Amino acid sequence: MMQNRTKNETVKTVIARQVEMDPKPKQPVTVTIDGQEVTVPEGTTVLEAAQRVGIPIPTLCHDPELSNPGSCRLCVVEIELNGRKMRNLPPSCVTTVSNGMVVQTLTETVRKTRKKILELLLANHPKDCLRCERTGNCRLQSYAYEYGADFPQSGSALDGERQNYAVDDSNPFILRDMNKCILCGKCVRACGEVQGRFVLDYAHRGFATRVAPEMDRELRDTACVYCGSCVSVCPTGAIIEKNKVGKGRAWDIGKVRTTCPYCGTGCNFDLEIARRSDSKGQTREEVIGVASSIDAPVNGRALCVKGRFGTDFIHHRDRLTTPLIKKDGQFVEASWEEAIAFAASRLGDIHAEYGGDAFGVLASAKATNEENYLLNRFARTILGTNNIDHCARLCHSSTVAGLAASFGSGAMTNPIEDIAKTDFMLVIGSNTTESHPVLALSMLRAIRQGTPCVVIDPRKTELAALAHKHLPLKPGSDLALLNAMAHVIITEGLYKEDFIKTYTEGFETLCEAVTETTPEWAESICGIDADLIRDTARRYARAQRGSIYYTMGVTQKHTGTHNVMAIANLALLTGHIGREGTGVNPLRGQNNVQGACDMGALPNVLPGYQPVTDAGVREKFARTWDVKIDSLSERPGLTVGEMLQGAHEGRLKSMLIMGENPVVSDPDSQHVIEALERLDFLVVMDLFLTDTARHADVIFPACSFAEKEGTFTNTERRVQRVRQGIQPVGDSRPDWQIIGDLAAAMGSPFPYRDPASIMDEIAETTPSYGGISHHRLDKEGPLCWPCPAKDHPGTPRLHMNGFVRGKGKFHAVPYLPPAEQPDDEYPLILSTGRRLFHYHTGTMSRRSGLEEVYPEEHLEIHPDDADDLGLKDHDWVRLSTRRGAIEIAVWMTDRIVAGMVFTSFHFVEAMVNKLTNAATDPIAKIPELKVCACKIEKIDCPEGYVPPAHKRVLW
Amino acid sequence: MCNCSCNAEPALSEKDRRLVELLNKYRTVPGALIPVLQEAQEIYGYLPAEVLQKVARELQIPLAKVYGVVTFYSQFHLKPRGRNIIRVCLGTACHVRGGAKIFEALQKKLAVEDGETTADLRFTLESVACIGACGLAPVIMINHDTHGRLTPEKLTEILSKYE
Ligand code: SF4
Ligand code: SF4
Ligand code: SF4
Ligand code: FES
Ligand code: FES
Repeated sequence: MMQNRTKNETVKTVIARQVEMDPKPKQPVTVTIDGQEVTVPEGTTVLEAAQRVGIPIPTLCHDPELSNPGSCRLCVVEIELNGRKMRNLPPSCVTTVSNGMVVQTLTETVRKTRKKILELLLANHPKDCLRCERTGNCRLQSYAYEYGADFPQSGSALDGERQNYAVDDSNPFILRDMNKCILCGKCVRACGEVQGRFVLDYAHRGFATRVAPEMDRELRDTACVYCGSCVSVCPTGAIIEKNKVGKGRAWDIGKVRTTCPYCGTGCNFDLEIARRSDSKGQTREEVIGVASSIDAPVNGRALCVKGRFGTDFIHHRDRLTTPLIKKDGQFVEASWEEAIAFAASRLGDIHAEYGGDAFGVLASAKATNEENYLLNRFARTILGTNNIDHCARLCHSSTVAGLAASFGSGAMTNPIEDIAKTDFMLVIGSNTTESHPVLALSMLRAIRQGTPCVVIDPRKTELAALAHKHLPLKPGSDLALLNAMAHVIITEGLYKEDFIKTYTEGFETLCEAVTETTPEWAESICGIDADLIRDTARRYARAQRGSIYYTMGVTQKHTGTHNVMAIANLALLTGHIGREGTGVNPLRGQNNVQGACDMGALPNVLPGYQPVTDAGVREKFARTWDVKIDSLSERPGLTVGEMLQGAHEGRLKSMLIMGENPVVSDPDSQHVIEALERLDFLVVMDLFLTDTARHADVIFPACSFAEKEGTFTNTERRVQRVRQGIQPVGDSRPDWQIIGDLAAAMGSPFPYRDPASIMDEIAETTPSYGGISHHRLDKEGPLCWPCPAKDHPGTPRLHMNGFVRGKGKFHAVPYLPPAEQPDDEYPLILSTGRRLFHYHTGTMSRRSGLEEVYPEEHLEIHPDDADDLGLKDHDWVRLSTRRGAIEIAVWMTDRIVAGMVFTSFHFVEAMVNKLTNAATDPIAKIPELKVCACKIEKIDCPEGYVPPAHKRVLW
Repeated sequence: MCNCSCNAEPALSEKDRRLVELLNKYRTVPGALIPVLQEAQEIYGYLPAEVLQKVARELQIPLAKVYGVVTFYSQFHLKPRGRNIIRVCLGTACHVRGGAKIFEALQKKLAVEDGETTADLRFTLESVACIGACGLAPVIMINHDTHGRLTPEKLTEILSKYE
């Protein structure tokens, strides 16, 4: 195994990829394996060919997702070629087939050789199977059983020395016991090739050879991101997940395939479920963790720390387990009957007195499609209002508006797999490795393989640091830069004339609008060298398959919609759309934010983006929903911000909030709290008593994703199943059932048996979901919308044959400075974002082991600014804006531009949305969360403050 | 938590300056890791963690890999080395004639384990296999001098010759 020590894996993957991209068609090759003929493409290994006909060959170091060293030799077979036996026994995992090969996979010699190899491994292996977590799931153990290999007799010649390494138990997630390592090297390759982290490698020599993190440090002191990829490939008990220790043997554990509840990447994994008894001796099914699986369509076995280790919240003691009604300012437990009846009657009273538009409804980007659809029906028919919205308003409403106007559809145009096919990536305002960690793996891999990548971001994010170029523009100056790029592409004649003629309109409008937006002009605004802007524009335009990826840095601006249109302009100019490896790709934040938008959790459209103003659409829904057409309002409803404003002013009397936490997630928190307090009646459905739920009159305890059926739609429009693994925790109910109960109590029971039947209705009313059903998803796997018919295969790439709106439309979008500019009083710019180890308002991630590696937030500040203010790391400051102040520790970094400070919005203790600006984009009404003016003053540390010792900050 | 490079760095020492030069020279040369490590060790006398970190960053090789290489070759040292290197032979002949006792005695006397260096940097103690002086077993070497036919009692006097 030592020979791999110095091999450079990355080089190998590059070669592997070149082979893969080789345009020469592969010739078929026919071989005989254990008497069976099998024909496979040339280049196939003997192992793969055998697997193809169902002949198992044992492997330890081989892995289909990784490069293969062929070092363990367990997979040896006998091969005859042209009537001659090949010398030695070739390892099947690295031997490729050739015509006429005759392979014997299990001769006596092979058997003996394998047994010997296993015995040698066991010779140094601790005799620990009784206690080992992997028992039943350990390859070494099961092959030993299969080949009759045993630990050596004590005192026999084979009874080798055992290692005595300390177990690394330094972190909340992963246990490393290198005494059990068989040096297969899969963890090393997974960490490098899949995760791009390269934390592990072989170290030392001879008997002491072991896999070690950098400098033999404990994992918590390395660059490890706790993705657990190493755990997922380890064939033995050398690396295991801490959360599962002692919770059950392989045969005790049930598995249910589902979709991750955190980000919009939409990774699939299996919930692992075991029967456990609680302190009262009652047994119940519990989610003990998750397992990733090679056949997951989006992610394979890769997951990020949140998906792999963030499920503790499911059984957290803070879960709400019974309905609560507020009486005299105190929450008291209530029965479901009582709580539903109470809520129904209060909602009914308010409806009778003030009419439907006195209500505001917040759907949820965390809930399933079925639940959002149902809440939609509830709002429009029973409450009688179009006032329904959700937190997509705060992230990508400008995308939905901007891309719909430019292309006709407001979603990511190309699938994640296209990242491997693009030849130029422009990433704008996206901290991808932290916000979409598994999607970012494809980007990191592409960068390692040489795909040029330019990152536009005021912060030198991890991706920016690894990219070929980083353009650290001044916060809020995106539009100047994008217009200058359009200027360059037009004036230098780099646009695709044919494409523009055939597929677009409004080219002249754009030409006119950008005549003066020269790179020099842009330089004066965004601080990026004019030549660098030129260079970026040229590279994008000249690429064969240029692609753009962006997120909140673009959208959360008061010019958000225009920013999006400016990006669309670039794609239209260059024709980088409607083909593989190209596209305009907004990365959606939450697990189901795409789906919640699709399901019409927006005030101006019904499911499938069908406008409320369209009488035909209203009629269709009225028929399906069995209501009179004029009971569906034709007036677009209010957005989140407008609802809260309405509540503040007393126009809105009641709100129903499903699984959202606007007090923490929305701008200007104080204003939100006041608004909620002024409501006559607030209903909240949630897993936890969130900062929003505290202001409710009734709280319904909702189920987590592990306790219900449904679907989520990920960022690439892929509709994927969510499956129930366990019974509802406590007395909680899934949101769809709660909405149904409320509807029934208000006199209009819904006709659905289960989420599957809700999906059947969605297919009827929502053309892009027309061919989707739970049955089909279960049988065929996920489908990308538009999928209009039962026999339609789904549409991974949009606009392949012309634009959804007919012609792609150019827009003139002049630069506007941020709504709030720094001045003498508030001299710095505050920007906000996300962290790898947390999620959104932290209601889930902060109730898991993630809290341990990232227990508190800090404020990033440039060393020059820190110097001016006499600050050093871990000093505390009061950070204030015109709207409020928070107290927070500072952390100096030259990864942000001077004049700017940055923090996340995950922590209620440092509730940054007390400070952010609610100034909104006039079209999409998205608030400018990314830029506002602020100031900081040094204050004393809180008493007894000790900076967290092992907090993991990326880079 | 802070591992950024923004903390006021102390002015570059002469050694650090030479390291920077070295890295500049090799930054774009593929396969330069081993020569860089050798020269860096020449500069510092050993390979401190911070130096490895710098080498990894500048040559864009994962630190874990750099560490792997450093620990694979016996020529590299992660800890400061003593002014005098004691090599105790534990080869077959020496073993038979009590090499282990000599080794133990030295470990006790110097209060260090195999491969370690005394706090005053006077001695580094290492065990080796046969050094080709089997006729003199048990044997130790201090720097370039061979001392044979040893007994533990002779050690004090021998050591006293090395400052
Ligand atoms: S958890 Fe991920 S980053 Fe950490 S060592 Fe394992 S594979 Fe590498
Ligand atoms: S820790 Fe596991 S995966 Fe890594 S080399 Fe050892 S046995 Fe293989
Ligand atoms: S990348 Fe997103 S979807 Fe995948 S595991 Fe992480 S949080 Fe879940
Ligand atoms: S599995 Fe083929 S050599 Fe290890
Ligand atoms: S065994 Fe010690 S010198 Fe040969």
